[in-house]
Amino acid sequence: MERHFDHALGELREKLLTMGGLVEKAIELATHALQTRDLAKAGQVQEIEKKVNESHISVDDTCLKLLALQQPLAADLRLIVAVIKMNTDLERMGDQAVNIAHNTSRYLKGEPLKPLVDLPVMFNEVRFMVREALDSFVKRDEKLARDVLNRDDRVDSLKNKIFRDVIEHVKTRPECVEQGLNLILIARNLERLGDHATNIAEDVIFAITGEDVRHSARPEAIKHALS
Amino acid sequence: MQDLPLLKVVDLKAWFGKSQALKDINLQVREGTVMAIIGPSGCGKSTFIRCLNRLHEEVPEATSSGQVLLEGKDIHGHDVDPVAIRRKVGMVFQKPNPFPSLSVYENVAVGLKLAGVRNSSILDETVERSLSLAALWDEVKDKLHSPGTSLSGGQQQRLCIARALAVEPTVLLMDEPTSALDPISTAKIEELLAELKKTVTIVIVTHNMQQAARVSDQTAFFLLGELVEVGETSKVFTTPKDHRTERYITGRFG
Repeated sequence: MERHFDHALGELREKLLTMGGLVEKAIELATHALQTRDLAKAGQVQEIEKKVNESHISVDDTCLKLLALQQPLAADLRLIVAVIKMNTDLERMGDQAVNIAHNTSRYLKGEPLKPLVDLPVMFNEVRFMVREALDSFVKRDEKLARDVLNRDDRVDSLKNKIFRDVIEHVKTRPECVEQGLNLILIARNLERLGDHATNIAEDVIFAITGEDVRHSARPEAIKHALS
Repeated sequence: MQDLPLLKVVDLKAWFGKSQALKDINLQVREGTVMAIIGPSGCGKSTFIRCLNRLHEEVPEATSSGQVLLEGKDIHGHDVDPVAIRRKVGMVFQKPNPFPSLSVYENVAVGLKLAGVRNSSILDETVERSLSLAALWDEVKDKLHSPGTSLSGGQQQRLCIARALAVEPTVLLMDEPTSALDPISTAKIEELLAELKKTVTIVIVTHNMQQAARVSDQTAFFLLGELVEVGETSKVFTTPKDHRTERYITGRFG
């Protein structure tokens, strides 16, 4: 039996995915801006972020109405609670993309500190995580969501490596501190994006299974810590 | 002691003639808690609670087997008087049913009077205590001698609860007690349950999921005479174990 409620939930999913698409686009532009040294792209990120903010309000509004009017239970309830949380993460991700675009603009106005090696790898990793987190939501795929959780450690180590490299460079060229700081901030914001993708994946697992996997030590994380 | 269930149902089966209404029901109700029984019409919810105070056997050709242990003792034991069981296991029905010819006071006192209590101070005290427990005293204390049926629907239902409480039952069975009431009266009875469970263990049949979620500690889901799932209410309504429970509580049956 198809319920009216299913239709409303379908629309809510669509809204969240449109928002997810905007966030992906914002991250893509921010990363390309740095890689292709294109200031115009950095400027476009802010435009997209405005739309993300509009979606943020609209998704919350829809969720509030569905909770009040449908009084959902079980899987329906878990889905709406998960969407409310994913909505917050996506909005923050839009902000982070803007931060990356700002840092990129500042960086591009100065001399390049060094050839970028790890940062493009980190860009790709994070974009893959975001893609996979949103896909796991669309396909209701628990395995895919768990894969996102496992990827977060790699992003964290890339960030640490970038921090170390930049610090080494700046030690010998103190006049480049500002450029170094821009790269560090970009890496920091990218790492945050990975964290938000992880949150989304955790919410997807909760919506599908009812299991709360937040703050639980993952075998891969433990292995990584010991290696 | 607290871990021992007040009510324990073991392999309970029930029939109407040849038609089986309940299949091997096993569950336990802890003292001082509310258990909600949910399930679609015809799933055996009412039959189940009517087995808990031997009302089921009053229906012609109705039979049952298995055990219903109240405080460890089988209520179907050959030496057990069904009337004594119904005093220990009270019942409130869907539609308020005060005795039409009796006053508010007499409706509440009738159980004790039938049991032979004549002392008027004991009767007065019991009537006041029961009406207070049913959160009705303040509304009726000045019209105790008006007919019970002169009260509003919601008040009449609380009068029936007071009548059931007057004989100090151990368990109170409620069969959709608010389905004929408006939201205000429903809310009053739901609030009342939270207080009442301190003195009497409650088993409530309800078609209203939100009501089951609000008032109960444990929820049991029945389907086609089977107990599909029983567990903590907070679990059943957020992460049910059985897909049939999931489908029912999210309104996907049909």
